[in-house]
Amino acid sequence: MKNILLITILIVFSCKSENNEVVEELKVYDFEALEPLLNKTDDKVHVINFWATWCAPCIKELPYFEELNANYKSKNVEVVLVSLDFPKQYDNKLKPYIIKNKLMSQVIALDDTDTNTWIPKVDEDWSGAIPATIIYNKDKRRFYERSFNYEELQKEVKNFLN
Amino acid sequence: MKKIVKLMVAATMVLGVSAFTNGKKEIGDGYKVGDIATDFKLENIDGKMVSLSDFEDAKGFIVTFTCNTCPFAVAYEDRVEALNKKYAKLGYPVIAIMPNNTDVKPGDNMEQMKKRAKEKGFTFPYLMDKGQKVYPQYGATKTPHIYILQKSKKGNVVKYIGAIDDNSRDASMVKEKYVENAVDALLEGEEIKVKETRAIGCSIKV
Repeated sequence: MKNILLITILIVFSCKSENNEVVEELKVYDFEALEPLLNKTDDKVHVINFWATWCAPCIKELPYFEELNANYKSKNVEVVLVSLDFPKQYDNKLKPYIIKNKLMSQVIALDDTDTNTWIPKVDEDWSGAIPATIIYNKDKRRFYERSFNYEELQKEVKNFLN
Repeated sequence: MKKIVKLMVAATMVLGVSAFTNGKKEIGDGYKVGDIATDFKLENIDGKMVSLSDFEDAKGFIVTFTCNTCPFAVAYEDRVEALNKKYAKLGYPVIAIMPNNTDVKPGDNMEQMKKRAKEKGFTFPYLMDKGQKVYPQYGATKTPHIYILQKSKKGNVVKYIGAIDDNSRDASMVKEKYVENAVDALLEGEEIKVKETRAIGCSIKV
């Protein structure tokens, strides 16, 4: 009996530590904290995708951003996935999604309800619909309120690499 | 051979340009504040066709592009119903329009719209933008997306475009009720202070 109890405790603990790793991985920002990531002046090409687990077209295109990240990471391209999931769904939706789909790109959760202030700061033309993506480097920037397939995404990024 | 290469270059350029124009939503699509909004004839959940011109006594409208399947639209359902309860009798009824392609989002089809309206006890018309002809004229991009119109001799003038309030996920934390403030101003004959706002929403499914 004691052994079973010990095993149970061990299992509970091992599960717990896995979860904690994920908790540590998910960074939650307000817009003020996010803004510097949209305005870096290093030599990289930055691809910032706004998405959410509840947004079907976002989920459809997410693998292409992952593919881009895998193929272009060594070519100075950095992909950041900014989740707009509701905070109450971080634990039951967002984190399980990140784990299940083994997302390798950096994921940040943006928790800032003052959308009317920050949406125009991301881009003056953004209506607020997602998916939405910014691609930029220190010289130029483009904003896309649309969905991508891999070829389209790669083509846009290549424009920034030339 | 040279000709072929030239043609290929030209074709690539054309493709490149068209890809560029597709790459970004054209600004200027749809209505701006001050424009005259089109009327429409769309099927309601009760099977009847509804037009803005049917509302002879209305002073204007709270046209709300919304749907069943978007979490932001769902988060606002009770608040949209409350707007209709408060403002329909003052001359500004809510007219809800479901703009999504129901082949892409079966959860937004007419049967589901009826079901949702019954569950939530909607007292406003909930119309299907069949053929998706109306939302592009308005320039709606997402759900929920609000257009407040005021009747005039020239037609229904767009007076406000944007969000219902400043907190989509928690009605109790709202600081600014954009739509209420706008309609109140219209009722008082005053200038609307905040005429356009932006919020996160689900892209309209085409």
